[in-house]
Amino acid sequence: MTSVRRGSPVRLGSPALLGAAGLAGLLLVIEMLPRLGLVDDRYLPPTSRIAAALADETGNPQFWASLGDTLVAWALGLAIAVGAGVLAGIVIGSIPVLRNLTASTVEFLRPIPSVALIPLAVLLYGTDIGSTLMLVCYAAFWQVFVQVLYGVADVDPVAYETARSFRFSAWARIRHVLWPTALPYVFTGVRLAASVALVLAITAELVIGAPGLGKEIAVAQASEAVPTMYALIVVTGILGVLINLLARTGERRLLAWHQSVRGEVAT
Amino acid sequence: MLEVKGLRKVYRSGSREVEALRDLTFTVDNGDMVCLVGPSGCGKTTLLRCISGLLDPTGGDVRVNGKAVDGPPPGMAVVFQEYGRSLFPWMSVRDNVELPLKQKKVARSRRRELVDEALDAVGLTGTESAYPWQLSGGMQQRVAIARAVAYEPQTLLMDEPFAAVDAQTRADLEDLVRSLWKRLNVTILFVTHDIDESVYLGQRVVMLSSSPTVVQDELIIDLPAERDQLHTRADPRFVELRTRVYEQIQLAKKAAR
Ligand SMILES: Nc1ncnc2c1ncn2[C@@H]1O[C@H](COP(=O)(O)OP(=O)(O)O)[C@@H](O)[C@H]1O
Ligand SMILES: [Mg+2]
Repeated sequence: MTSVRRGSPVRLGSPALLGAAGLAGLLLVIEMLPRLGLVDDRYLPPTSRIAAALADETGNPQFWASLGDTLVAWALGLAIAVGAGVLAGIVIGSIPVLRNLTASTVEFLRPIPSVALIPLAVLLYGTDIGSTLMLVCYAAFWQVFVQVLYGVADVDPVAYETARSFRFSAWARIRHVLWPTALPYVFTGVRLAASVALVLAITAELVIGAPGLGKEIAVAQASEAVPTMYALIVVTGILGVLINLLARTGERRLLAWHQSVRGEVAT
Repeated sequence: MLEVKGLRKVYRSGSREVEALRDLTFTVDNGDMVCLVGPSGCGKTTLLRCISGLLDPTGGDVRVNGKAVDGPPPGMAVVFQEYGRSLFPWMSVRDNVELPLKQKKVARSRRRELVDEALDAVGLTGTESAYPWQLSGGMQQRVAIARAVAYEPQTLLMDEPFAAVDAQTRADLEDLVRSLWKRLNVTILFVTHDIDESVYLGQRVVMLSSSPTVVQDELIIDLPAERDQLHTRADPRFVELRTRVYEQIQLAKKAAR
């Protein structure tokens, strides 16, 4: 029996092509809505004006400085959070007493939204980049820490006993058994943390007024430079996409063996 | 010499207690090849973990060359039943075999020699750069054996190492273990639930009862040292010995009821 062809006879393009078409459609709609008078262009300027504002911004040194500030706060905060999360995760995860001791504290601290710490951050660092860093670190830390805990818990008892039976030192057991097992989890943690860190960096700048893109958005809004505000929002969106793309590619590259293992096991 | 005296192990989890081993006493002389045979769940793995210092016994003691075991003793290697999980999937075959030697602080040139010799001995020359998961189950267990052999142990513990491989591979690996034992002058304690395997491999067979576990009986296997799958297994003496072991195990099961 031949299979029945369903759906439209029109051959649809690749998902990437479709995605691009969808995006183009959205841009067109945003262009048309204010032009047709369906929305007030004081709140939503047409795409072309946003694009023009974006082009203007790229000629503005203040924009580049702000972008730099945001990226520095993001990268530094993320780096600190990853370092601390990995270290704490390995130490606490591999010592059962510590894990039990901290379990309820972690369950209490982790759900606290970082933004609830804004007043504290202002108290400690004012409108300095330190405020942004603190919030970014707090939010990103948990993502990494929790993943590392999962990773440590995933260590195969047989592999671990093998290492013990060959009299591996404690350090060698961490280096050769625990770390390779936890590595995929670390990468997942870093990927999640990278996105969260950007959200928190922008939020902190926006709310506290610490230097960065978030602050520029607030300034643009206050000075009624609406197209500029949208242009800056677009920039933060692009940043988010780039960070995600970077993290995913990095993860895939570095964990090539892990993917292959999964592939083999599945067959 | 390996001495196990009055060994007892009770697992406790909360209020639940499992008496895995009740009272085990036996010895293994240096250079001997002893098979421990007992039904599944009778505590064979528990016993090996106590002997290898991975688990603290509840009572009694284990001595290796007169020294009480409290942690993995030097000069001992273990081959686990779960070979797939015992090898490190993130390392090549060579690295897997070499890593314990690095930990033992063996010099680089000597490490190379030992790894090459061990892989050659188990018939895996040429797979050095493969990853364990690219190999068949039988080959993976060969890697685990090579890793143990390269370590140059005086005592080798093997926990049902061939329970999960097919019959043909199993026969090959049994012959491999016999030939390694004869060549390397190593003491082997080989755990199995397979009566035929224990008689075919051992110079001596120690039979365990089912739980609560004690030593049911011991038997010297007076078969010729040169054994092969075809003739040894058809030897009337082999059949006689395996019947003796089988009877003891049946007896142990009845006694337990
Ligand atoms: N970690 C453990 N905690 C509790 N009970 C266990 C544990 N390991 C093994 N047992 C129990 O001890 C008994 C012996 O197990 P085991 O040594 O694995 O037997 P064998 O290797 O002969 O099949 C079984 O009843 C098993 O359920
Ligand atoms: Mg077992």
